[in-house]
Amino acid sequence: MHVVGVIVTGIGTMFLFLGSLGIFRLPDVYNRLQAGTKCTTFGSFFTIIGVGIMEPSWFWKTLIIALFILLTNPISNHALGRASKKIGVPLCKISVVDKSEEFDEYKTH
Amino acid sequence: MIEIIFLGFVGAGIVLCLLRMLKGPTAPDRAVALDTLSTVTVGLLVLLGYFYKRSVYLDVSLVYAVLIFVGSVAIARFLERGI
Repeated sequence: MHVVGVIVTGIGTMFLFLGSLGIFRLPDVYNRLQAGTKCTTFGSFFTIIGVGIMEPSWFWKTLIIALFILLTNPISNHALGRASKKIGVPLCKISVVDKSEEFDEYKTH
Repeated sequence: MIEIIFLGFVGAGIVLCLLRMLKGPTAPDRAVALDTLSTVTVGLLVLLGYFYKRSVYLDVSLVYAVLIFVGSVAIARFLERGI
């Protein structure tokens, strides 16, 4: 049981590190938002569940924390992305298409 | 022993997020970096709780997760339409 917990926690911490590397390296606020949302949600879920597997008496409490992060992290990051599109942060130079210009809500001019 | 390697990974992630918070050109960049930093910190708190074998850290991380959700939504509303 301990070995399974160590493997799951290792996967989670590697994804947390990769998400932070994406935050540092990617060129644009929307790309950074994508890295920072997906990788840290997956990584936090697996890190916390892995600690719950390694220490079985903490399992239900860690499951509550992981489910809470799984529900609320995409909501807050979506709010940040919507706000940064509405105040007109530009896309990076090598972007190909911007589909959000078709909607009246996100017109930037 | 292996927990020290995990703590090293998470600490390197926190340092990278802090560098982006110092560098970021616009305000939403810093807000996104702060949100990611806080989510990584929740994982770090749970790992510290396993490292020191104290279950108090789990309660602290749950309260911190609630606080970062409310804080990020408040920052997003502030960026969108002012106070």
